[in-house]
Amino acid sequence: MNNIIEVTGVSKSYGGVKANSNVSLSVEKGGITGLIGPNGSGKTTMFNSIVGYHPIDEGSIKYDGQEISKMQVPQIARLGMLRTFQQTRIYGAMNCVENMLISLPHRKMNLWDALKRNTREDHERAGHLLEFVGLYEKRYLRSGSLSFGQQKLLEFAMALMNEPTVLLLDEPTAGINPTLINGLIDRLRRANTEFGITLFIIEHNMRVIMNMADKIYCLAHGEMLAEGKPEDIQDDQRVIDAYLGAH
Amino acid sequence: MNKKFILYAVLLAFSVAAPFLFPNYQTQLATLWLMIIVALTWDMTGGQMGYNSLGNIFFYGTGMYVCAVITIGLYYDVGEWTNASRTEIFTFSDRQYFTGMVLGILGAGLFCAASAYFIGMLTFGLRGPYFAIGTLGVAIAAGEIVSNIEWLGGGQGVSMPIYNGDFDTFKTLIYFEYAILGVGLFVFLNWLYKTRFGAAINAIRDDEEKAEAMGIHTLRYKLVTWAMSAFFVGAAGAISAFQLIHFEPLETAYQTINLGIFMVVCVLLGGKGTLWGPVIGAIMFQVFKETTWNYFLGWQWVALGALIVIVVVFFQDGLMGWLRLKRPEWFGVKVEQKTSEAGA
Repeated sequence: MNNIIEVTGVSKSYGGVKANSNVSLSVEKGGITGLIGPNGSGKTTMFNSIVGYHPIDEGSIKYDGQEISKMQVPQIARLGMLRTFQQTRIYGAMNCVENMLISLPHRKMNLWDALKRNTREDHERAGHLLEFVGLYEKRYLRSGSLSFGQQKLLEFAMALMNEPTVLLLDEPTAGINPTLINGLIDRLRRANTEFGITLFIIEHNMRVIMNMADKIYCLAHGEMLAEGKPEDIQDDQRVIDAYLGAH
Repeated sequence: MNKKFILYAVLLAFSVAAPFLFPNYQTQLATLWLMIIVALTWDMTGGQMGYNSLGNIFFYGTGMYVCAVITIGLYYDVGEWTNASRTEIFTFSDRQYFTGMVLGILGAGLFCAASAYFIGMLTFGLRGPYFAIGTLGVAIAAGEIVSNIEWLGGGQGVSMPIYNGDFDTFKTLIYFEYAILGVGLFVFLNWLYKTRFGAAINAIRDDEEKAEAMGIHTLRYKLVTWAMSAFFVGAAGAISAFQLIHFEPLETAYQTINLGIFMVVCVLLGGKGTLWGPVIGAIMFQVFKETTWNYFLGWQWVALGALIVIVVVFFQDGLMGWLRLKRPEWFGVKVEQKTSEAGA
């Protein structure tokens, strides 16, 4: 089993709008896979379908060989597949450390474990990962008072705290200033190589995604337009047309 | 840490001494503990978990009835006891009274915890104001249903067995029952809010969708939290049943517009989502209520309404929230000296 996510023939429409129609893709275990496409091409819908945010109309979604298209969001998350949001979602009223500690993996936790306090190791890991994303000095600030870019970094650190197998990132670099982007790319890479987390990334920044991904899928109008290695995608006339608006 | 210990010790000593220092105010002090209990339990879901229930009074009323059924049912037939035209005289020995009391209070708590779990399965699909109205509906419906059950005394309510000793001892007894329950609840919450469980329900309050996406067992935690809160409300209702001696369904047991709203006002006054907020709020509210009910009789509801409006418009975060805003360093909010590379 080399593919950790296997999507076959998935369709999803909102009323009359076909957000995804007959989309198939697969994400290789341990790799970095990219998903690109113009605005409104159905990328986020695809993510939402995979993590169980809404029921799909037809098709099948498998995680590690297991059919998950009928499962609920927390169940899928506990299997080890996490997503971050395009608009960051953090617990704004709490400080960064608290945000991190809440993100401890609940998949191994029964009610009894939940009634314990966080251990020293938990705190150390939280501190270590905050250091990893460069937020260590701000760890006791209300996370809601951080800038948007810092909140994105925090959300990324929270996802790592959860020890996922697969991480679905929805535009990780959007809203982050150019100098920080390089640091973020480096950290995403290290998450992949050092922590062994499979990444599946939606991204508009071509420089970022072309640099990182092993394989890229391109959606347009809810349909799979092209797939292949970054170099092939870059040269694909259909992809260029889709991004520049030619039909 | 040491300072905190001394503060707690002083407060505890004062709580023990209070009924003897102010013997004329024992009933008010007992009611103050009741307000603290219902405010703290309301805050468990309303403040810490973000689910504003208007139906917690359901557990108070149900606690009263369950306690009555257990206490009476242990020794007599409940239907005959509540029969309005009864001629037989029922008596309780001291031993029967106290056995019934302990089992009644515990049983009421456990029954309410179980019912919260089941009602929660139906109502936790609702969010925001819908949850508030849904739970309010449960409380109102329960009052109406119970007032139509003859076995439970119908609209007339139930009279509890009477303590054989003198009335002052009885008042002190009731005070300490509330106080023990209240202190127990405070200690319990002080521990619970520091666990991962506490963090998880805070996560549900701040962003439930995110919590789900992170794999937190949201429904399980919501049900367990409400059940724990209902246990204490139910037990408090049971103590109230003994204190009041006679209670009836709509005005005393399922008193949605009195205690059902007071508990929310207490929490708003003191500050939602803090451990001390509900306690301080309950004290402020109780002082306010006793003052207006005594000196502005006839205007007391107007004064209460004005208080609610002022709090909701100007002090939404209550006293503790206001302090947190003015003195963040008291709550451990700080930036460390070294500047971060992510300082953009």
